[in-house]
Amino acid sequence: MGLKDRNRPAATMHRYANPARFLRLARAVQPWAAVLTIICLGAGLYLGLFASPADYQQGESVRIMYVHVPAAWMALFVYTSMAAASFAALVWKHPLADLFAKAAAPIGAGFTLIALATGSLWGKPMWGAWWVWDSRLTSVLVLFFLYLGHIALTNAFDEPTRGARAAAILALVGFVNVPIIKFSVDWWNTLHQPSSVLRLDGPTIDPSMLWPLLLMGVAFTGYFLCVVILRMRAEIAARRIRALRYSRAAG
Amino acid sequence: MAPKRRRMTIILVALGLLSAATVLALTALEDGVVFFISPTDLAAQTPKPGQRLRLGGLVEEGSIQRGDDAQITFEVTDLETAVPVTYTGILPDLFREGQGVVVEGAMGADGRFAADSVLAKHDENYMPAEVAEALKKSGRWQEGAETPATTGSTE
Repeated sequence: MGLKDRNRPAATMHRYANPARFLRLARAVQPWAAVLTIICLGAGLYLGLFASPADYQQGESVRIMYVHVPAAWMALFVYTSMAAASFAALVWKHPLADLFAKAAAPIGAGFTLIALATGSLWGKPMWGAWWVWDSRLTSVLVLFFLYLGHIALTNAFDEPTRGARAAAILALVGFVNVPIIKFSVDWWNTLHQPSSVLRLDGPTIDPSMLWPLLLMGVAFTGYFLCVVILRMRAEIAARRIRALRYSRAAG
Repeated sequence: MAPKRRRMTIILVALGLLSAATVLALTALEDGVVFFISPTDLAAQTPKPGQRLRLGGLVEEGSIQRGDDAQITFEVTDLETAVPVTYTGILPDLFREGQGVVVEGAMGADGRFAADSVLAKHDENYMPAEVAEALKKSGRWQEGAETPATTGSTE
């Protein structure tokens, strides 16, 4: 391959192109991610649903936020990580990058669906509507369809590598939607409120509500790590079985 | 390394062009992407009678008048222009004077906006009731004009 030392990030990335090395790392990380998820989810749910105060305007409905907002963050984060992996897959032909994108897509779709459903449940009592076609809601719905399209495209070809390639191109093209989602509430007037946490002038959310929200964010991230590693390990195992079957059939 | 560099260049150029195309498309579609127009926009464009549109702004302080059978009139303002609105039906929980709302309907012949749906807009501030009280007492409430919500309940 002729990797040079000046190319350090790429060198590190290629170290983990070896599935055995990746599996060692994955097995070491997974239990920690699981423990982190359980602790943060327990603490975050308790603080969010019981210990934190009701909002001065929304009352108890504010508690939907502790699931809705981290799910929406994860929906964007997972898609961004898939786009980055797809880039690595197309440029460097990294063998685990396709695997990651394939493993992450259904999890990201799940997070997006949770964000859409909880947002709808909050919207009815607060706004007076389950759904409106404003630019934030519409662009998140497009994100959900991009995830579904990615899953469908990955499995649409007899040869897995062709499916992975097509899905990688879709992931990169769909990435233009990510900044649109994030900044839709700033660029156009929408019914959805602007960001309360990730904004330049600091959070506009009381610390008693911010802490449970951040704990839930960590818990959701830990959950994603856990499940994506599990799915990647399962896919590596499935490929090995397939390879063994072929070699046995050939031999 | 040459084919890798070439692939990277092709992908980055393609993504750049795609982003440029998206920016152009969204800029061209601006009027369609916005969810509502302000009372000042409405005054400037004189819509055709019966043309449906969404109007967004704050419920003017002291403008709410309740009639018979859940009928209500109020004014929607952007602090420059105010438009009188009539509506009959159930209002969302957050509807009150000073609150951001989006009303959907059409301008009537009488110069009043006949709404058939009223949506309350929630702002980005989250705080417990005690903190909101304390802020009001100390006079640090509503530092920006962005969120002039809940200075008084109409109920």
